[in-house]
Amino acid sequence: MSSTIPIVEVEGVSKRFGQFVALNKVTARFEPRRLSAIIGPNGAGKSTFFNVLSGAFPPSEGRLKFKGRDITGLPQHGFARIGIAKSFQITNVFKQLSAHENVRVAVQMRKSRYELFKPRAAMAELGERADALLERVGLVALRERPAADLAHGQQRALEVAMALAAEPELLLMDEPTAGMSPEETVVMMDLITALAAERSVILVEHKMKLVMGICERLLVLHHGEFLAEGTPDEIRHNDDVKRVYLGQG
Amino acid sequence: MKGLVDAIRRHRVAAVIAFLLVFPLLMPYQALAINILVFGLFAVGFNLLFGYTGLLSFGHAAFLGVGSYLTGIAMVSMGLPWGVALLLGVVSAALAGLLIGYLAIRTRGIYFSMVTLALAQIVYYAFYKAERWTGGENGLRGIQVPAAEIFGFQFDFLDPTTKYYVILAFVAAALWFVSRVLASPFGAVIEAVRENEKRAAACGYDVARTKLLVFVLSAAICGLAGALRALHLSVVPIDSLHYLLSGQAVMMCLLGGMGTFFGPFIGAGLFLTLEDVATTYTTHWMAIVGAVFMVFVLFFPAGVWGSFLKRIERKP
Repeated sequence: MSSTIPIVEVEGVSKRFGQFVALNKVTARFEPRRLSAIIGPNGAGKSTFFNVLSGAFPPSEGRLKFKGRDITGLPQHGFARIGIAKSFQITNVFKQLSAHENVRVAVQMRKSRYELFKPRAAMAELGERADALLERVGLVALRERPAADLAHGQQRALEVAMALAAEPELLLMDEPTAGMSPEETVVMMDLITALAAERSVILVEHKMKLVMGICERLLVLHHGEFLAEGTPDEIRHNDDVKRVYLGQG
Repeated sequence: MKGLVDAIRRHRVAAVIAFLLVFPLLMPYQALAINILVFGLFAVGFNLLFGYTGLLSFGHAAFLGVGSYLTGIAMVSMGLPWGVALLLGVVSAALAGLLIGYLAIRTRGIYFSMVTLALAQIVYYAFYKAERWTGGENGLRGIQVPAAEIFGFQFDFLDPTTKYYVILAFVAAALWFVSRVLASPFGAVIEAVRENEKRAAACGYDVARTKLLVFVLSAAICGLAGALRALHLSVVPIDSLHYLLSGQAVMMCLLGGMGTFFGPFIGAGLFLTLEDVATTYTTHWMAIVGAVFMVFVLFFPAGVWGSFLKRIERKP
């Protein structure tokens, strides 16, 4: 029996910004249909790692593979098309457009990108799909509101709906609960758990407690390097991890 | 009131054509009305890039000028019929847009504006120096649309009213085209790019390609405006390529309301009427237009049509 093909693999990935090495020869693999998290103290290189995984910038060296296929250097827009979607750490929505239009335009990507003449009013199924996604993240009542008028937590939820619009096999989320109230955090974590039942989800998080309870696999980074990998229990009892986190206080 | 405005917005092409059909009756003379038609279309083309996609080009005079010159050269030097010449003008402007756009979209913000300005200046000097074709400083003269008889109707382009309605036919077709593009799936993509490039790319849209396509469409529309202007004036002054006209496109859009369908046309009308009135009093008409422009930027940043829409929407 052959082992399952990982949803995403990184092999010896480094990222340098000038002299600064943000990520140093990290190798890791993520199994499909799992909820995994990348954790580490501040400055561990989590966001850099996320940006490499999600295509915001290519690695300085090393390879990135999606379902066994080498995708190193694929442009950003290519990621959504092959099935990798993301939500940003700093909320990125189309501010002046309504919540519904935000999601509708994200849904549209699969159907139409350069059609100049077809009226989009005739593509009702896109609007329906957008409403279904808004329903899923609990925003359907606010569909007509400009995204800029939504509360912070709602904008984050809107981003999740937009990421889902691409029908991704892999959903990447950079600190999805950053800046959220405790109540909003609970709602978001429930949503993430539910989403992970249908696809692979990788979170970047620095609040270790938050992910311990729900994730199946954890990858720990420290100073841009691989530190540990394993189940929450293994990580909890890993001496290197303890040292890094306890050392931080 | 809101119902009326909604109806106008729903049938925006029909509304603007209906208005333009009676427009010459409202204007003191036809030449001004034709100018507003031509520059209204120029501003609409510019607004596609500026208002809807969020890219501030300072080089759009290049496309107006290339449209004018190539139409003129085709008629004067090559002796082509005016319809073919018009098409050649539009295609040439689109090609110029492809070239300038290809180079400019690599930059952002102020650098984008500067690159478009610099490239447009190169176009200016190229046409200025190609005296044999363009007449250089004196401009290109001798563009004549011959009189003809079509289905028993006398068609005389020298008659201002005929000229107005012929040009209107082209402007109307172009407005219909722009309206279709804005209502298309692609129209949604360009607004998404304006709102947030990063997110648009993460959604799977190729931002560079989208920008380039809008740039070319915008250049083609502005080229058509230029081609029509050549027929209207019978000459192509070298000023057609001057960066002052690029600046006027920005002013017209802001006066009327950028990112709205009617705004640029209203802005063009306001700007040219103001210019027309102010020049009868003083040669320093720019000072008056400039003052009005500043009042708008400071107090009505959404422009005439934009502010009007906001007001209507606030009162249910």
